[in-house]
Amino acid sequence: MADKASPLLEIKNIKKEFFGNQVLTDINFTLEEGEVLGFCGENGAGKSTLMKILFGMDVIRETGGYEGEILMNGEKVDFATPFDAINAGIGMVHQEFSLIPGFTATENILLNREPKKTNVISEIFGERLNTLDRKEMDARAVEAIEKMGVSIDRGMVINEMPVGHKQFTEIARELSKEQLKLLILDEPTAVLTEKEAEALLHSVRGMSSRGIAVIFITHRLHEILEVCDKVVVMRDGFVVKEVPAGDTNEAEITRYMVGRNVDTNTDHSNLREEIKKDSLSDSSVIMSVRNLWVDMPGETVRNVNLDVRKGEILGIGGLAGQGKLGIPNGIMGLYEAGGTVVFDGKEIPLNQPRSCLDSAIAFVSEDRRGVGLLLDETLEWNVAFPAMQIQNKFLKYYLGGLIKWRDEEAIRAVTEKYVEELQIKCTGTSQKAKELSGGNQQKVCLAKAFALEPRFLFVSEPTRGIDVGAKALVLDALKKFNRESGVTVVMISSELEELRRTCDRIAIVSGGRIAEILPADTPSETFGTLMVSQVI
Amino acid sequence: MNENAEKQSFMDRCREAVADFGLPRLIIAGFLLLLFILSPLVGADLPTQISNTINRFSWNAILVLAMVPMVHSGCGLNFGLPLGIISGLLGATLSVELGFTGGLSFFAAIVISTPFAIILGLFYGWLLNKIKGGEMMIATYVGFSSVSFMCMMWLLLPYHSPNMVWGLAGKGLRTTISLEGYYDKVLANFLQINIGNLSIPTGTILFFILIALGIWAFLHTKTGTAMTAVGSNPVFARAAGVNIDKMRMLSVVMSTWLAAVGILVYEQGFGFIQLYMAPFYMALPAVSAILIGGASVNKASIANVIIGTFLFQGIVTMTPTVMNNMIHMDMSEVIRIIVSNGMILYALTRKTERAK
Repeated sequence: MADKASPLLEIKNIKKEFFGNQVLTDINFTLEEGEVLGFCGENGAGKSTLMKILFGMDVIRETGGYEGEILMNGEKVDFATPFDAINAGIGMVHQEFSLIPGFTATENILLNREPKKTNVISEIFGERLNTLDRKEMDARAVEAIEKMGVSIDRGMVINEMPVGHKQFTEIARELSKEQLKLLILDEPTAVLTEKEAEALLHSVRGMSSRGIAVIFITHRLHEILEVCDKVVVMRDGFVVKEVPAGDTNEAEITRYMVGRNVDTNTDHSNLREEIKKDSLSDSSVIMSVRNLWVDMPGETVRNVNLDVRKGEILGIGGLAGQGKLGIPNGIMGLYEAGGTVVFDGKEIPLNQPRSCLDSAIAFVSEDRRGVGLLLDETLEWNVAFPAMQIQNKFLKYYLGGLIKWRDEEAIRAVTEKYVEELQIKCTGTSQKAKELSGGNQQKVCLAKAFALEPRFLFVSEPTRGIDVGAKALVLDALKKFNRESGVTVVMISSELEELRRTCDRIAIVSGGRIAEILPADTPSETFGTLMVSQVI
Repeated sequence: MNENAEKQSFMDRCREAVADFGLPRLIIAGFLLLLFILSPLVGADLPTQISNTINRFSWNAILVLAMVPMVHSGCGLNFGLPLGIISGLLGATLSVELGFTGGLSFFAAIVISTPFAIILGLFYGWLLNKIKGGEMMIATYVGFSSVSFMCMMWLLLPYHSPNMVWGLAGKGLRTTISLEGYYDKVLANFLQINIGNLSIPTGTILFFILIALGIWAFLHTKTGTAMTAVGSNPVFARAAGVNIDKMRMLSVVMSTWLAAVGILVYEQGFGFIQLYMAPFYMALPAVSAILIGGASVNKASIANVIIGTFLFQGIVTMTPTVMNNMIHMDMSEVIRIIVSNGMILYALTRKTERAK
């Protein structure tokens, strides 16, 4: 502790894996007292996992802990619970608010740490019956709010507050803790208006001048440049760049966020030959989307116009929350949507899952466990179910078609075929879907879609949360499916490189709109710039 | 070393088998076995006891089976069973009122109760589709309130058959109506096997097997598969183009109809129609039986029904007799209430454990 030279926080060689899937590799950085550290990276880069480790969240221990060391003031710490982290002086403001709606700002700020007065009853029955010292509470709340440098009404009830003020209340709560040395803000400006964001940045600077270190996570790069002393860029679980904010610019950070190293470029040149550029330019449009809006929470689509050409693999990329996932979910009728979708010359009515399926459009959902699988049922059921329900496959007819009996043999045969084709690792086709690993579950989802023999396939986040080997297999299977069966594929992914390797063209979604559609061999930086172009 | 490893694997296998069958079920089965062994020792007649158990099984099995469709479609356990029972009671009383007698009155009762079951089931299903997630709570009150409503109706409906109405007033149905001359034991007497004191109601059991086969077959059809998928993961089913509300509705109608048939079978075994408050607590024993049989809130099989009904009814019939004989005092009613409610309590706590 006495060692002045040791920094407030030092992260040394942090490694973390989830179920054999390496998500953080050799993370190193340091943070001095009063320093503001900007943290950026695409989704899935490992930012939130790192923050969870730092904050001692349960999920880390439950999944096998982490490797490496965290030092605070030169002393090794290992937080078993968030309470330990709080006691050590770390505060965290999450993306989702954790406030009590019916309480005032003051009450929320000091919840469970209220100053108390003794009274007659509490003298007898113990301190749990102490009364709150309202005056002292107000004073402390005012102090915390002042520290923040933004004025909010401390007497206002939370559910009457604008979103921005809720965010400030959260921050004030952290600031009111006297031992606070490090504050982690996870996308604090995502819900704020421009003015509020401005105020927040101002207060971050204020905190820093009081000696509180801040880790600032955001997608808005200009904010990082404005307020931070140092920028750390993460990608695929690595820290790819640690640089003083003054020495860099938005374009450079973007490049680090999305770009591969220069030497992988050669890799791309091979792929380029595969891209069906010329043949596609004059091929007909199979699906045309006009003025599509989709009300999917967290992935709102505002106004999308998109033409998908017959036989291509179209990639849809973009940052999380910008609406790329909303596009397939809206078209397939899983979330409320509006606009027009014309498929193969016929308009498809929206908000009716059946209408898309009947037109031979299939969808592999990003929500594998929620939408994609019957976790408690066998692989056979998972693979055959949609085809059975939609196309009456795998059925035997009795009594002149009155009874449609499940044809177990046909179901087993088709499942076995896909198990072999996609190399699904399982003990047998009657294994339950929940017992498979993530990658194999994803393959089952693909098999399910393939069994429908669709003419058009939406694949949403096909490689999310699966290991590298499975990733390659899944992408190859998709590609093969497209090239050999001539099925048009629209693939939605957060991983730009994956899109660039697999797709013919890539559409970038930003702010619920298509920013632009470019051939897949366009440099990553261009895509990166498009991703942040209309961020709301 | 090798021996050790083998022992280990044997132990593991044992543990797996126990986990598979369920420790609680093993304990209950063991207890039931103990009761069977004890009963001759304390002076109760074993064949009579076994007959009783089998009889009660045959009366109740279809009521328990009525749980299956709704569990499959994800509507949870059918605490609204009284609604179906009321359809059955309407069928039963109308059949008697219309002058059907003997075996014919039983089938007439089933036919007459069917439209009631369908209409009430559709209404009940519509209601349950409005409150997805809270089905079991709402279902309980649907059951309770329908019973209370029918308490008034039994008095007001214009029944005239002298076998059913109150003797003095000449109107309003009696609380208990004897089925003698109607369908008392029509199924049970069919091919009945009698060996000494042991009698097996073959007909009733065959009837249960028939209905159970029907449900089993239904679950193997396209629609049945869709129903199971709706219960397993509604979003998945929706994404595969299945109309979730329709499936749930169908399952509720099936459940209600099965309950109607179930109560008729119960009555033919019991020999009486019981009206007014009688259906009030009918749902709970059926719910407990299927839970003890190893079903969970969203998974139930015919095997669960058979095992559960046998264990539950076995304990409920055997415990009072054995206890009575042991302490030579008539406490059967008290013990029955303690045991059956204890079983319900146990089964319901197990339900939440499973739901996790």
